[in-house]
Amino acid sequence: MLLVPCPVCGPKNAAELTYRGETHSRPDPNQATPEEWRSYLYLRDNPAGWLREGWFCSSGCRTFFTLERNTTTGELREPLLPGNKVAGRPISDGTEP
Amino acid sequence: MRQTSPVIKQRRAAKYSLGGLIRRGFSKESWPRVWREPEFGSHYDVVIIGGGVHGLATAYYLAANHGITNVAVLEKGYLGSGGSGRNTAIVRSNYLTPEGVAFYDRSLTLYNSMARDLNLNVMFSERGHLTLAHTDSALRTMHWRAEVNKLQGINSSVIDPAEVKRLTPSLDVSENVRYPILGALYHPPGGTIRHDAVVWGYARAADAYGVDLHQKTEVLDVLCTGGDGPEGKGPGGRVVGVRTSRGDISAPLVVNCTAGWASTIASMAGVRLPITTHPLQAAVTEPVKVFLPTVVVSGSLHVYVSQTDRGELVFGASVDPMATYQMGGTLEFTEELASHVLELMPGIGRMRLLRQWAGLCDMTPDYSPVMGPTPVEGFHVDVGWGTYGFKAGPVSGEQMAACVANGRVPELIAPFGLERFSRGDLVGEKGAAAVGH
Repeated sequence: MLLVPCPVCGPKNAAELTYRGETHSRPDPNQATPEEWRSYLYLRDNPAGWLREGWFCSSGCRTFFTLERNTTTGELREPLLPGNKVAGRPISDGTEP
Repeated sequence: MRQTSPVIKQRRAAKYSLGGLIRRGFSKESWPRVWREPEFGSHYDVVIIGGGVHGLATAYYLAANHGITNVAVLEKGYLGSGGSGRNTAIVRSNYLTPEGVAFYDRSLTLYNSMARDLNLNVMFSERGHLTLAHTDSALRTMHWRAEVNKLQGINSSVIDPAEVKRLTPSLDVSENVRYPILGALYHPPGGTIRHDAVVWGYARAADAYGVDLHQKTEVLDVLCTGGDGPEGKGPGGRVVGVRTSRGDISAPLVVNCTAGWASTIASMAGVRLPITTHPLQAAVTEPVKVFLPTVVVSGSLHVYVSQTDRGELVFGASVDPMATYQMGGTLEFTEELASHVLELMPGIGRMRLLRQWAGLCDMTPDYSPVMGPTPVEGFHVDVGWGTYGFKAGPVSGEQMAACVANGRVPELIAPFGLERFSRGDLVGEKGAAAVGH
């Protein structure tokens, strides 16, 4: 069993969250070439090692967050809230609408 | 008419026969080694990475059909230690797209004559394959698949619950369950085969032709020249060899036949693939008397089950949702499996699970493989085999061998090229290739 550290709820069984996979920043749809857009859609690094990936706390606080996981050892580190805020801070800190 | 296996014609492998068995039983003569432990060469015409069904079949057909025997198969562990030894050994050809059906049907044809071709009993059991439908939409997909199959000449039809009960009496076809069985897609040519024997058969036959099988040889790097990326890797370049844990090999052609590590090997050549690696868990029960005559698959309940010749029930499921290279088992899998199987077959409630294991599946966005050349010249891939790699082993080997030997992509695998993702021309097989949807 993998205990995933949700930044709001704390450690939870991975089966209680929704896995969202490898995270990549989306290219601007108006600027990207078809080749860039399709590699964003389909191509993945899929590393055997450290990977930054998205999780959704679907049966808890319903927060989207990312963390780094080692795909060969199962170690976890650095859960980050949207906007790359460090875990533990309030989601709304007044700097965003 | 019986044909002599080409392997035996070569007179480099001992013929397996009843006469030979009796003779050796009464004498002190022992069977010869099944394959050699060859010297490590520094140059090969073709290097195949991955010593599973796909890699060994590619090596065998390169030698048997194209006369290319200066070939090395490099395997990190032992032959058949990856997906080839971890799958649930089911073969079938009742897929959803015409491209998929034609391809897997060729594989089934090769499986049918394999025992004779390779002079090894692969224990092929053509017992019939039932895909259960528990919802109206599933039944509609079954009709769709049956029609696509019939048009391609595949024996496949939709049957009602009474017929399901007649074929497999242990199934609960009543309406008093959460997911009643509304019908099934019946595919008589489907069945099971001994996966280890397939690996050994291809390994022995390839070795008899002079192919070097190097076990415990890990590929550390793919050597390229002229590419856009660092060290000459990447699109526009060409492959010149591989660096392994036992030394460098120069080779103009390298075929990536790995599962699980497909992305890792491809990244060594500067090629990105549309693949994520997920584990798929399976389990086996204690052996009991034969009571399950068919292979039973349920998409809604995410499970497939068949009984081995030894009497164990083999269960498989859908891939785990999280991408990982770890092959540990989870309690969630066992719990879900047990509840779903008991819904189908309430009579096996007292049976005990012997063990569970996992294998790595390289999932692609459209549930079809990635086969053929890449932007790096000489670097071919036969990857992305998801949960259906074993049943496609022979045809993949045959077609990849033709692709590598002739330098042209054969018609049968043309729909599965890497470039389909940049063209947006996907081959959607999720409806027929997966039980997790």
